[in-house]
Amino acid sequence: MSDYNFAYLDEATKRMIRRAILKAVAVPGYQVPFASREMPMPYGWGTGGVQLTAACLTPEDRLKVIDQGADDTTNAVSIRKFFQRTAGVAVTERTREATIIQTRHRIPEAPLTEGQILVYQVPIPEPLRFLEPRETETRRMHALAEYGLMHVKLYEDIARNGEIATAYAYPVKVQGRYVMDPSPIPKFDNPKLSDCAALQLFGAGREQRIYALPPHTQVVSLDFDDHPFVAAKAPHACDLCGDAASYLDEVITDDAGGRMFVCSDTDHCATHRATGHAGRLGGTEGAAA
Amino acid sequence: MTGAHPLLSVRDLTKSYGTRRGCADVAFDLWPGEVMGIVGESGSGKSTLLGCLAGHIPPDTGRVVFDTRAEGPRDVLAMAEPERRMLARTDWAFVHQNPRDGLRMGVSAGGNVGERLMAVGARHYGQIRAQAVDWLGRVEIAADRIDDKPRQFSGGMQQRLQIARNLVTGPRLVFMDEPTGGLDVSVQARLLDLLRGLVRQMGLSAVIVTHDLAVVRLLADRLMVMKDGLVVEQGLTDQVLDDPQHPYTQLLVSSVLQA
Repeated sequence: MSDYNFAYLDEATKRMIRRAILKAVAVPGYQVPFASREMPMPYGWGTGGVQLTAACLTPEDRLKVIDQGADDTTNAVSIRKFFQRTAGVAVTERTREATIIQTRHRIPEAPLTEGQILVYQVPIPEPLRFLEPRETETRRMHALAEYGLMHVKLYEDIARNGEIATAYAYPVKVQGRYVMDPSPIPKFDNPKLSDCAALQLFGAGREQRIYALPPHTQVVSLDFDDHPFVAAKAPHACDLCGDAASYLDEVITDDAGGRMFVCSDTDHCATHRATGHAGRLGGTEGAAA
Repeated sequence: MTGAHPLLSVRDLTKSYGTRRGCADVAFDLWPGEVMGIVGESGSGKSTLLGCLAGHIPPDTGRVVFDTRAEGPRDVLAMAEPERRMLARTDWAFVHQNPRDGLRMGVSAGGNVGERLMAVGARHYGQIRAQAVDWLGRVEIAADRIDDKPRQFSGGMQQRLQIARNLVTGPRLVFMDEPTGGLDVSVQARLLDLLRGLVRQMGLSAVIVTHDLAVVRLLADRLMVMKDGLVVEQGLTDQVLDDPQHPYTQLLVSSVLQA
């Protein structure tokens, strides 16, 4: 069907990436350097995630791509089409049917299962970057597990805002060892990282790093004893499907302050509506959307 | 506590930069509660020596034996890096000449003081903050400045903040590199007063590098004079300053301007 090698990358490159993945799985949370390739898309659009997906895909796989939870945004649509064209694999929008899910900045609401792979697009893999700009020093800090500085950031949050104001890319500790940046997922999703049945892979193309969470890895969000971690979300129910437990996007609907809250996970919202649920605007805009 | 061993025992410490001598064959013992001054002109090897002692610069040869709390005397240079860095943030403190080198300028005063606490495992925000307030008080910084960044502080306040940040974990040995350099005399005097108080109260041992003889006369029990990387004279501070034996020390002492 296409003149490309299966899934765009050549076999030697896929092999190199798989070796990095194996190492990353063996040392959960550790950032493994890899020789990131130029991809036919700009840095910041998921070049790391795409390379991981390409290295993991088999012809039997069923691929789902989401961007901020949605299947129908530019980034998701173009990456999905990219693999349809270069690998000819089946695609889906349903979380439960997918074998590989490439995601930008969300974890699907539906629980993941064994045999699934969740691939994250990571802009900045180094959680200590903005506290300690020297990479030589942050690597040493990871090696020696010197993570006091991470708490200084949280301390500053509380001192300035009265609470831990970090809302996304909230730092976590993996299996009691490495501190990891979970990519810019909302901290609402952090609890889903832990003890997840699926394999979670993180790829940063520009920064040339791969890290991983094998299934059922223990992941703890950092906090203080007197300021515990809270998985925050907007205190509303979805206006389309009425779910009060899912993560919401706020949509401005007019110039008069009108707004609606909708599930950021489009598949979750559609599935919930299909089972007969409806939110505040479920009958009108819901039908149009 | 142990009393039988010196807190810090240095032997044959040598560091060269290529063919140039940084410092050579330095040896001394520092006993608990003792303050040792190192004086000499610029380029005499003072800072190299201090860097070697504190583990910032690997020396070519020599031994630096520190009397650790848990295991007694240990050669610091033979320690694994995690151990040495643990020591550096618990039992040791390093006060830099320029507060910019010792502080995180983008982090509030409270965060600066709290960093060492969090680095050794403190995880209670309220307690960390209470200790930060306590220490800011001890170094005469008003409690309402706790959320200000160091770059909003004067030079003297920055230096006092750096001292608070270093002493908050109750170290036993403090290295100071020109702690009063670049401060005007009245601020210097108050800083020295503060340091002298803290050293006596906490029973600290300290190694102070300076070119200011007034500072060592106020703070140091013993004095070491360096020139061209070599120790040319050492003894009790008053003895060395009042009756200098080596020609260089004589020159140094006679060079001080009398106000």
